[in-house]
Amino acid sequence: MSTKIGVITFPGSLDDRDALRAVGLAGAEPVSLWHADANLRGVDAVILPGGFSYGDYLRAGAIARFAPVMEPLMRAAAEGMPVLGICNGFQILCEAHLLPGALIRNQHMHFRTRDLWLRVENHRTAWTSSYEPGQEIQVVLKSGEGRYVADARTLDELEAEGRVVFRYLGENPNGSQRDIAGVCNAAGNVVGLMPHPEHAVEALTGPSTDGLGVFTSVLAHLARVSSGTSTATAGAASR
Amino acid sequence: MARVVVDVMLKPEILDPQGEAIVNALPRLGVTGVSSVRVGKRIEIEFDGEPDLDQAREIADKLLANPVIEDFTVRVEQEESVQP
Repeated sequence: MSTKIGVITFPGSLDDRDALRAVGLAGAEPVSLWHADANLRGVDAVILPGGFSYGDYLRAGAIARFAPVMEPLMRAAAEGMPVLGICNGFQILCEAHLLPGALIRNQHMHFRTRDLWLRVENHRTAWTSSYEPGQEIQVVLKSGEGRYVADARTLDELEAEGRVVFRYLGENPNGSQRDIAGVCNAAGNVVGLMPHPEHAVEALTGPSTDGLGVFTSVLAHLARVSSGTSTATAGAASR
Repeated sequence: MARVVVDVMLKPEILDPQGEAIVNALPRLGVTGVSSVRVGKRIEIEFDGEPDLDQAREIADKLLANPVIEDFTVRVEQEESVQP
């Protein structure tokens, strides 16, 4: 039985089709989920894609957080199901308090669209295990509210526990504190990042194919879980 | 009918690039001597019956403001103050 990975479409999602395509290229069975679904249709992992859910009204992700599908998602995430939030999906996960911090307007006020480089700071999460420690990957960023902020204590905790998963290399594109591009929860099953790995999975359309590793990582993680050989993938630096 | 007004502001320690853009535009209006502008949101809630401040606070805390980055205040706006 093939591994099923769901991608939630909210009203205003843009990158759901690309995320589904990336899932398929990685070798999993893509499953479309709808924001009004009452259950997760038996998937093994869930991706919240980029876009402008509910028009970004109030704050990016603030209204999507209360979508019906978020209830079973919150329960599944607490039980260890891998969940990935990309761009708007990252904003939704922060609004839902599945990830710490918040994403606010870019420091320079401009919407930023560019290819850029990230360093994979934690290769032990459910979504990064296919990467080498410290591997540098080229992906796409396209966001206007991508500036990651949290209070100093939270930032220190994230750093100490190895929960900064991706960091911007070179010029900081949006003013994110400590150049943070992505973080994970304490257990390492929930990851969010502003740049778009699903746009870097094919040479024809992306700057690289480096993003594919995110999707193959979760397949490898799920295979380890089902064979019972998984150790918790927490970011804990003490591990 | 009384209305509950919720004001949402970014926390003081959070940079407000919108406010900074406004400060930078003020000299074009010939305005000098403004050191800081910060932009927030005002949300007006009208209840069917009497205004419920506790419920308004819950709405503000759960939805209207993100406590990670924003503070809010909740107050009842009296009828006479509606029209200037």
